[in-house]
Amino acid sequence: MFDLDRWHEIFITISRNKLRSFLTAFGVFWGIFMLVVLTGGGRGLENLISGQLEGIASNSCFIWNGRTSEAYKGFRKGRWWSINNRDIEIIKSNVKGIAEISSIIMPWSPTTDNAVRGEKKGTFSVQGNFANYNKIYHHTMKFGRYLNDMDLQEHRKVCMIGSRVYETLFNHGEDPTGLDIRVDGIYYKVIGVGDGSENITFNGDTRELITIPFTTMQTLYNYGENIDVFCAMAKPNIDVSEMQEQMETILKTNHSIAPHDKQAINSFNVETMFKQIGYLFLGVNILAWIVGFGTLFAGIIGVSNIMMVTVRERTQEIGIRRALGAKPSSIMTQIMSESFVITAIAGFLGISFAVLILQIVDLGLDVSGNGTSVFQISFFTSVVAALIIVILGTLAGLGPAFRAMKIKPIEALSEE
Amino acid sequence: MPTIINLKNINKTYYNGAPLHVLKGINLEIYKGEFVSIMGASGSGKSTLLNILGILDNYDTGEYYLNDVLIKNLSETRAAYFRNKLIGFVFQSFNLISFKNAMENVALPLYYQKTGRKTRNKIALEYLDKLGLKEWAYHMPNELSGGQKQRVAIARALISKPQIILADEPTGALDSKTSAEVLDVLKKVNETGMTMIIVTHESGIANQTNKIIRLKDGIIENIEDNSEHNFSSLGFQNIK
Ligand SMILES: Nc1ncnc2c1ncn2[C@@H]1O[C@H](COP(=O)(O)OP(=O)(O)OP(=O)(O)O)[C@@H](O)[C@H]1O
Ligand SMILES: [Mg+2]
Repeated sequence: MFDLDRWHEIFITISRNKLRSFLTAFGVFWGIFMLVVLTGGGRGLENLISGQLEGIASNSCFIWNGRTSEAYKGFRKGRWWSINNRDIEIIKSNVKGIAEISSIIMPWSPTTDNAVRGEKKGTFSVQGNFANYNKIYHHTMKFGRYLNDMDLQEHRKVCMIGSRVYETLFNHGEDPTGLDIRVDGIYYKVIGVGDGSENITFNGDTRELITIPFTTMQTLYNYGENIDVFCAMAKPNIDVSEMQEQMETILKTNHSIAPHDKQAINSFNVETMFKQIGYLFLGVNILAWIVGFGTLFAGIIGVSNIMMVTVRERTQEIGIRRALGAKPSSIMTQIMSESFVITAIAGFLGISFAVLILQIVDLGLDVSGNGTSVFQISFFTSVVAALIIVILGTLAGLGPAFRAMKIKPIEALSEE
Repeated sequence: MPTIINLKNINKTYYNGAPLHVLKGINLEIYKGEFVSIMGASGSGKSTLLNILGILDNYDTGEYYLNDVLIKNLSETRAAYFRNKLIGFVFQSFNLISFKNAMENVALPLYYQKTGRKTRNKIALEYLDKLGLKEWAYHMPNELSGGQKQRVAIARALISKPQIILADEPTGALDSKTSAEVLDVLKKVNETGMTMIIVTHESGIANQTNKIIRLKDGIIENIEDNSEHNFSSLGFQNIK
């Protein structure tokens, strides 16, 4: 196989007709380039979106109140209602599939410059959470810790702040834990700072969020027994949609809402969203492979055609070689090797160039922010692409090689 | 003198449209070291005969022994092997590979013997030197004159040290002066003991050979001994 002389011979014949070899190679180059860029790009988008969703337990859902759209049990339609602590208790004890349930208070817009520390101030959302919210939506901490059960039991005036809050209210590098800030007129002790690497939250940017114990907030913000939103995480192998339906049924019973009222209860099913995104990327990926493969295939057909023309043009040369003692098999391997070499070189250049482009896109976007590649093909994909090229390149040469093998020396030599 | 070629009742018909019986029972014996020419009118079957001798074509009936080996129904691979080992070809149209220089063209038969590139190029240079083409070794065929091309082709035919050289109108594309030079080369090669068969139209060329075979309509009309080289260039044969 590794016969330097043969490769030399192949190189000479390929380089003899540079333009044609180049055009042939370009078809393959473009095909594999498209394949790799498309799959890499698809994967990049996928990574980009999944990065945004990082930290959220996918098997969870959020539920909050809305306005009723049907009159029911003597209540007119268009009524406002609120979820309350009792609902949560009932749900907790009746819906078996729940792993964690966590009530949240999140008033809509904060008042201007509601967070103050000495001279420094800023406008930030405040949110009341339970400690178990960290199990559903994981917060990575820069300083200190997230809320714990003691904070909630004792209605402590403590807070966990996002990184932007920290940057606004504290000096760079300063450890804020144990220091006080004033939020909406009340002093809280900072217990932790989130690093804000989570890209998505249910209510705005975690980096601009001040989290205080739910119990503290419910009292201080005069919520009584009411809550704004609750979040539930399903046990393993429990279908989130089913769990969500059970919870909604309980809420509808408790609050005399018509069973088929679609607008009275709002919800956000993370699992469904993840699934949809999953399907979306599956689709994108399949499309990328189809388009890429199609282009590549066209390129390979091009190689095969050009090799066919080449063989016809080289009939005399092949005849001479046969007269001089070339075996049919050596003619065949020569043509196949030529096709293989053109495809392989073009293909590997195509892969490399595509990887380079993806890398540039990746550096340009720097989506991950920590230098890890997002827009890039996997090692597996590149191995598959390389294999495809090797196989298709050889196959492309097969037809022309057979034709070359069939050339009879006299016919070739008499052809002037 | 041992026999190198022995043809027994060779028949060949082409079946392109109407069947064309080209060779109609050729019996011929050629000895080692002979210098033979084949003459005959156009279409008499000279090239066909030579191609059969060179295992470039096959025949329908009869027997062909080359070096005491029956050449019949050979596989393409085996035919290629014999062509490479036993036969050197010289063609009217030179048949050099245009994108290879003189040296590489000469070396090609050795490539198919799996001789390394350095070695075969060295040997090719030696042969080119013998034919007075040393300084043309790195020139491409289109930079050579007809005579030079044919000498390159002769070097290529010789490099594998074959048993016979088959030349189909080797001077057909050359002017008379160059023809004489090329023939001189072939003669010298024959003097080293190489069996040589030349197809030609020109009696002047045939007269230089030692034996003249006349083909007519696919049969051997006569075989003349020409060791005296007194064959008339006008086509008459001097009476001994
Ligand atoms: N491949 C072929 N198929 C069909 N007929 C052929 C083929 N090759 C040669 N012939 C025919 O066979 C006959 C003999 O051809 P051949 O080439 O042997 O003649 P030749 O004696 O060499 O003639 P010339 O002096 O013109 O070269 C011719 O009539 C030719 O047309
Ligand atoms: Mg002829």
